Amino acid sequence: MKDILLNPALDRLAVYAIFVSMAFYTVAFLTFAWHLSRLSSTKPKLRKTAVTLERAALSITILAFLFHAAGTVMRGIAAARVPWANMYEFSISGALVIVGIFLAAWFIREIRVIAVLVTGFALLVLGSAVSLFYVEVRTLMPALQSVWLVIHVAVAVLATAFFNIAAALSVAYLLRNAAWLNKSQLPIAKVAKRVLSVFPESKSLENIAYRFNVIGFILWTFTLVAGAIWAERAWHRFWGWDTKEVWTFIIWTIYAGYLHATATRGWTGARAVWLSLVGFAAVIFNFTIVNLFFKGLHVYSGLK
Amino acid sequence: MSLPSKVSHGDEILSPKLGLAGWMRWIWAQVTSMRTALILLLLLAVAAVPGSVFPQRSADPNGVTSYFKNNPELAKNLDTFQLFDVYTSVWFSSIYVLLFLSLVGCVIPRISHHWDALKSEPIDMPRSLSRFPAYLKISSKTSYSMPRVAEELKRMRYRVRVTKLGVSAEKGYSRETGNLLFHMSLLGVLVAVGVGGATSFSGQRVIVEGESFVNNLAGYDSFSPGAWFDANQLVPFSVKLDSFRTTFDLRNRTNIGTPLDFEAFVSVREGPQATSERGLIRVNHPLEVPGANIYLTGNGYAPEVTFRDADGNVSFSGPVVFLPQDSNYTSLGVVKVPDAKPKQFGVISFFYPTVATLKTGALTSRYPAPVDPFLTMNIYVGDLGLDNGVPSNVFELSVHGLEQVAGGKSGTKPIKLELGQTQTLPGGLGTVTWDGLKRFASLDIAYNPMQVWVLVFSALAFIGMISSLLTPRRRIFVRNGKDGLELAGMAKNDDPKLEGILEDLVKFLKKRK
Ligand code: HEM
Repeated sequence: MKDILLNPALDRLAVYAIFVSMAFYTVAFLTFAWHLSRLSSTKPKLRKTAVTLERAALSITILAFLFHAAGTVMRGIAAARVPWANMYEFSISGALVIVGIFLAAWFIREIRVIAVLVTGFALLVLGSAVSLFYVEVRTLMPALQSVWLVIHVAVAVLATAFFNIAAALSVAYLLRNAAWLNKSQLPIAKVAKRVLSVFPESKSLENIAYRFNVIGFILWTFTLVAGAIWAERAWHRFWGWDTKEVWTFIIWTIYAGYLHATATRGWTGARAVWLSLVGFAAVIFNFTIVNLFFKGLHVYSGLK
Repeated sequence: MSLPSKVSHGDEILSPKLGLAGWMRWIWAQVTSMRTALILLLLLAVAAVPGSVFPQRSADPNGVTSYFKNNPELAKNLDTFQLFDVYTSVWFSSIYVLLFLSLVGCVIPRISHHWDALKSEPIDMPRSLSRFPAYLKISSKTSYSMPRVAEELKRMRYRVRVTKLGVSAEKGYSRETGNLLFHMSLLGVLVAVGVGGATSFSGQRVIVEGESFVNNLAGYDSFSPGAWFDANQLVPFSVKLDSFRTTFDLRNRTNIGTPLDFEAFVSVREGPQATSERGLIRVNHPLEVPGANIYLTGNGYAPEVTFRDADGNVSFSGPVVFLPQDSNYTSLGVVKVPDAKPKQFGVISFFYPTVATLKTGALTSRYPAPVDPFLTMNIYVGDLGLDNGVPSNVFELSVHGLEQVAGGKSGTKPIKLELGQTQTLPGGLGTVTWDGLKRFASLDIAYNPMQVWVLVFSALAFIGMISSLLTPRRRIFVRNGKDGLELAGMAKNDDPKLEGILEDLVKFLKKRK
C-alpha cells in the first residue's frame, strides 16, 4: 500500500453526482406516491393514468440510480480503493445496492408496492451520508488494508440490502393487515384504506419478505464467518465479543429466531413479521448507534 | 403440553419412580420443543446486549477499571450480576447450554427419522388429491401412461414410485439433510470453540529493534494460557526484530502523516539449533511459525539514553520504550534509575518525532516520522520503591513521595535534548546523553489448535444452511382418475413454482400422447 494518489477533486464531483441523484430520488418518491393515490382512485379514468405514472417514476428512479452509481464509483476511484471503508462510503454504497436489488427485482409484481419506501429510504440514507457522515477521501489505515475488507463489508452491505427490502415488504404486510386502520373512521384512514386495497395480498407479501430475509440471512452468516476470519488475521482471535461482533451475533440470532418462527405453525403471520422487523431494527442500530457511540475495536466511521 | 398425569392410587410404592420419570420426560419434551428453542434463541440475543453496553473484562479491561473508578457503587452491583463478564457469566452460559441441549434433543431423533426417510420410497398415494395446495385435473376419456410420467419425473430428479394407483414422487431430501448438517455443525463449532479456549494461549511482548524474543514464559510481558495449556508446550523458537519500518503518506495534502504501512522485519529461528530465516510481519499478515502465530499490534519509538553519575559511571543505558499518545507519535516514556548515585531518581519523559510549539507554548509533534526529534525530561528524586518486591509497571512512575527536581513546578526547567546531545542534570545527579533512536514493535503471540476445526464446522454449517434454505422440498402425485388425469403437488414451504411444475407435466404428456 504505497504511493496512493488520492483525488479530492474527483471526490467533489462525486458528491455533486450524489446530490443530483438525491434530487431525482425525491421526484421519483413523489411520483410513486402520486401513482399509489391514483391507483386507489374511485374514478376509473384516473386509475388508467396510473400505469403511465408508474412507468415515469420507474424511469426517474433508474436515472437517480445511475447518478448514484456514478457518484459511488467516482468516490472509489478518488480514494483509490473500494468505496466502503467508512460510514459515508458504506451509506452511499449500501443505498446503491438496495436500489439496485429493488430495480432488479422489479419483475416481481408484488415488490413494486414498496417503491415509495425504497426511494424514500434511499433519499434518507443519502441525506444522512452527505450531511452527517461525510469525510474527505483518505487512505486506509493498515488494519483495514485487507482483502477481507472487500469481502466482509461487501457481503454485509448486500445482506443489509436484502434485509431492508424484506423489512419494507413487512411494513407493507403489517399495513395491509392493520385492524385498527380498518376500524378507524377518520377521513385519513379512509384514504389509507383505499390505498391499501390496491396492495398485493398479505400472504404473498409475507412470502416474498420471507424469501428476501432468507437470502439476507445466508449473506449475514457469511459476513459473520468472514468477519471472524479477518479478526483472526488482524487481532489474533477470531471472536472476542467486541461490540460490533456482539451486534453481528445479535442480529444473526434474531433472524435465526425468525426462521424458526416461520418454520413452526404457531408463529407465522404478524408475529414472525414483527420479529423480522426487530431484526432489521437491530441492523439499523448496529449501523448507526453502535458505529458512532459504542466503544470498540471497529472504529471506522472515520468521524472524530 | 400437558402435565404428567397424576399417579393412580393403586401403586403407591412405584408412583414416586414413575412420577420422576414422567417429570423428566415432560421436562425433556419441553426443552426439546421448537417453542423452547425459539425462546432460548431470542433470550440469547437479548442476553448478549449488556455486553455491548458495559465494558467487558475480556475485551476492555481498562474500561472496567475506569468504570469502577467513576461509579464505584454501581460497578459493584453490576459486578454481582457478572455484567462485566457477560459472555462467561452463569446466566449467559445457562442459556446457550440449554439451547444446545435442546438442539441435541431435537436433532438426534430427526437424524434417525431422516435416515429412514432416505431409505424408503415416496409415500403412498393419498385418497383425495383435490385438497392439495396445487391441484390440476384434465378431463379425458383415455388414460395416460404412468410409466411415462414416472420417467419424466425421474428426469426431473424426483424419487419416483409407481403403483396401480398412480405415481408418487418426492424431491428435495437435501433440505432436511442440510438442516441436520447445519444444526450438528453448530454443535461442532461450540465444542471446537470451547476446547480451543482451553488449549490455546496468547501473550504479548514489546520488542525493540535489535532485540530478540524467545518463546518461553520468561519471554513474555504478559501471558494468558487456556485452562489446559501447559507452558512446556511452547515451541522454543526465537524472533529477532531486525528493523521496523513505517510508511507515512507524504503525497496527499489532506492525508499527510497517515500511516500507510507498518513492517516488522524479523529473523526467525525455529529452535536453538535451527538456522535463522528472514520474515516479515505486517498488520493483517501475521507470521506463522510452528505452534504460534505472531501478530503486529502496535509500534512506536524507543530513544536510547545513557545516564552517568557525577564521576562518569554509567547508571543506566539502553533503549526506552515510549508509548505513543497521539497520531503524530507524541510519546511518553519512563526511566527508573535505581542505581544512580548519590540518589535514586526516576524520569518522566516526552518524545516528539517532529517537534513544534503550540500557541500556549507547550510542545507537540506535528508529523509522525522523526524529522526533527526532541526529548524533554522531568526528573524525580527519592525512593522509587523498586526494592520492596512489589512488581511495578515499567510504563508508570508513581511520583507520590518523590521530589521533583526538573520540570513542572520544581523551579528548574525540564531537561531538553536533541539527538546526540548531552545535558547536565540538576542537583549533582550527573548527565544524560541521547545516543540514538530505535523503534519498537508490540507483538501478540497466539495459538489456537482448534481454530481450523472452528472454521471447518462453520463452513459445514454454512453449506448445510444453504442446502436447507434453498432446496425446495416437493411431493407430486399423478393418477388416472375416474374422469381424467389428476395431478397434485405439495411443498414444505410456500412454493410458487408448484403450479407451474404440474402444468409442465401436463404439457409434456399431451405432446407425447
Ligand atoms: C443454536 C441455536 C440454533 C440456531 C442458530 C438455529 C438456526 C436455524 C435456522 C437458521 C434454521 C432455518 C433452516 C430452515 O428453515 O430450514 C433452522 C431450522 C430448524 N431448526 Fe434450528 N437452530 C438452533 C437450534 C435449534 C433447536 C434447539 C431446535 C430444536 C428444538 C431446532 C430445530 C429446528 C428445526 C426443526 C428446523 C427446521 C424448520 C423447517 O422445517 O424448515 N433448532 N434452525
